Amino acid sequence: MAIRERLSGNEAISYAIKQVNPDVMPAFPITPSTEIPQYVANYIANGEMDTEFIPVESEHSSMSATVGASAAGARALTATSSCGMALMWEELYVAASNRLPLALCLVNRALSGPININCDHSDSMGARDTGFIQIYAENNQEVYDNFVQAYRISEHEDVMLPIMICQDGFITSHAVENIELLEDDKVKKFVGEYNPENYLLNSKQPMAVGPYAVSNYYMETKMAQNAAMENAKQVILDVGKEYGQLSGRTYGFFEEYRLGDADYAIVIIGSAAGTSKDAIDALREQGMKAGLLKIRVFRPFPDEEIAAALKHCKAVAIMDRCEGFRGKGGPLGAEVKAALYDHAKDVKAFNLIYGLGGRDFTVEEAERIYKDLEAYDKEGRDFEEYRYVGLRG
Amino acid sequence: MAATDVTKITEKSPWQDITRGNQIYGAGTSRLFKTGEWRTHTPVFHEEKCKQCLLCVPVCPDSSIPVNDSKREDFDYDHCKGCGICAKVCPFEAISMKEGQ
Amino acid sequence: MSYNFKAEMNKPERLAPGHRMCAGCGGTIAVRAVLRALHEGDKAVIGNATGCLEVSSFMYPFTSYEDSYIHNAFENAGATMGGVETAYHVLKKKGKIKDNYKFITFGGDGGTYDIGLQSLSGAMERNHDFVYVCYDNGAYMNTGIQRSSATPMYADTTTTPVGSQSNGKLQNRKDLAAIIAAHDVPYVGQSTLLGNFKDLHTKAEKAIYTEGACFLNVMAPCPRGWRYPTEDIMEICKLGVETCYWPLFEVDHGKWILNYEPKHKLPIEDFLRPQGRFKHLFKKGNEDLLVQFQEEVDRRWENLQFLCSNY
Repeated sequence: MAIRERLSGNEAISYAIKQVNPDVMPAFPITPSTEIPQYVANYIANGEMDTEFIPVESEHSSMSATVGASAAGARALTATSSCGMALMWEELYVAASNRLPLALCLVNRALSGPININCDHSDSMGARDTGFIQIYAENNQEVYDNFVQAYRISEHEDVMLPIMICQDGFITSHAVENIELLEDDKVKKFVGEYNPENYLLNSKQPMAVGPYAVSNYYMETKMAQNAAMENAKQVILDVGKEYGQLSGRTYGFFEEYRLGDADYAIVIIGSAAGTSKDAIDALREQGMKAGLLKIRVFRPFPDEEIAAALKHCKAVAIMDRCEGFRGKGGPLGAEVKAALYDHAKDVKAFNLIYGLGGRDFTVEEAERIYKDLEAYDKEGRDFEEYRYVGLRG
Repeated sequence: MAATDVTKITEKSPWQDITRGNQIYGAGTSRLFKTGEWRTHTPVFHEEKCKQCLLCVPVCPDSSIPVNDSKREDFDYDHCKGCGICAKVCPFEAISMKEGQ
Repeated sequence: MSYNFKAEMNKPERLAPGHRMCAGCGGTIAVRAVLRALHEGDKAVIGNATGCLEVSSFMYPFTSYEDSYIHNAFENAGATMGGVETAYHVLKKKGKIKDNYKFITFGGDGGTYDIGLQSLSGAMERNHDFVYVCYDNGAYMNTGIQRSSATPMYADTTTTPVGSQSNGKLQNRKDLAAIIAAHDVPYVGQSTLLGNFKDLHTKAEKAIYTEGACFLNVMAPCPRGWRYPTEDIMEICKLGVETCYWPLFEVDHGKWILNYEPKHKLPIEDFLRPQGRFKHLFKKGNEDLLVQFQEEVDRRWENLQFLCSNY
């Protein structure tokens, strides 16, 4: 029987960490992810798990120590947000290129400046090309479920890549929701033991990690990383399905909400999907065929699948909680538009920026977006290619 | 997993043959890389003058003075770069430097 | 722990040849000496900050290490080895590892005094059970002899070039061994390449076999950056010690110990003159610079004597 609980997103992922009981967790405090190492340190202090916690002196060191621990043969993870991730940027690439299946619990927060502690996706979106798998959550249940699946994906023999489990700062991390937890033994059985084939502490054979590699090897190395990322697609689907058999909650690359027959769709990541769903329900009452595509897996990017799910739509609004400073929108907009260009050219798509630095995104705003898409489609009314939502002036 | 056969990894290898994460399984594979050809000067070992004090052994940056049963052997010319430190520290003039390889 | 030189020379080599360090490099002489202090049968993981040593000793697919090895980045050798060492304790506790492992990480002065100082400080303060060895050649040699905070005053480097308006580096070097000692770690040792390597070996063995975070600062001259003939390295190191530029000392569980006091302290010129990076100091009119250099050496030496005499 599943356990019913009321937990914040930070508590939920910490509880999942406790159940998985990894070997090493270095971490450094930063709002809003600070609670995760706090919860883990408390579980350890009370003998509820036997992970070793390393209270490092910076986020650069937290990812560095995570890399060291993972290469040594441990199941390792860290947690951070915003500038903490920016400080460990270099290490994200190192973790991925060394093919270390470690986990990063990211609580999305705006990057400085100005300094701002609230949610947006500029931190993880900036890290989208580091070679990490990126999985996002709409709510606390998904945060929990995604972490339980994390190591099954990253440690898979065909993958062996680090994984980022993302959730929205404060909106999920600090909000308490009803969720369902799996029993400890079910989680442990599902995740399994980590017994790497090669690791620094393998007494049968030494291993060397992190060479200098000249141009004649570098491109081949990157191609191999890319192939592993491609492989991750099938593994994510398999693990999501198996998790569904265990929990009743099956996961794929994205969630389609009333999208099958939708004329107008929003493409969005994270907690604002819930807001959009409320708008959809209201608009459907009024007779509009509104729908949603909520991206769960951003790396690897499921471009063909996204395009196939949107190809029947008349107009689509792609919502970025991150500014790309290219004068034309954000990263999600660029990538979804590229997917449509390759696989569904006739779908008209717009890129909207919302929710930066924790700005609220309301049901009314979501409804307005759908109505504007409809007005563009039916009445030929102007719809700016790229615009801000909820901006004054 | 078996030790990496580094002779199979060359600058012509296809991407599928590059080890995962550029990891190398095994040890001391650099022995296969001969640095001896860098030499512009070459140490010559005069065994008859050598008192086997072994002071030349630890000063070699290239681990190129093999020791067997407390006795130094001739230079590992595959790797010796000809820096001349050994000749300089020898108290017995048992090592001299000559021009070239 | 008595030192049997012959027995040490008989040990299997733990740094294989075939690395691409320059001819006459002091760095690999230091690495060999430190690794020799590992007891046979003990396994080790060797770490490395980015630098000459790293790009030369693990150039894909060629590793020079007989032990497991990890290089991560320039500024994080301390944190990286902290992660490895922590993993070892957990996996040992969980019964997944049976063997005994020791952990040694190497960094140049750039990766240690400068960009890696925070990571090193953190690892020392957390008292991870490993040895951090700085091979100090007093500049960023890998990128082409730029000044670091370990570069001595007046050295001619590519970012403190001597010119009509410049006498080289303006600042004194940072005293890193003292900074690490202030972390109250179990053991700090300063050494260099000398004679039969007893001093460095003894300190390396202590550092490796003392539980907790230990630090070794090893002067490892760079013939290219210091501009002296490659074969002179051992003489240069000896002059560094005899002039008290590079004193041999250790801080053992808080106790400062001077390991060597020259009977006749040599003038600093003797250390500086053979090195091209100080050539300008011997030009007519620059006598006062040598006086200043000597005063700084004397001041530090007396301070060290004071610290050591208090125990």
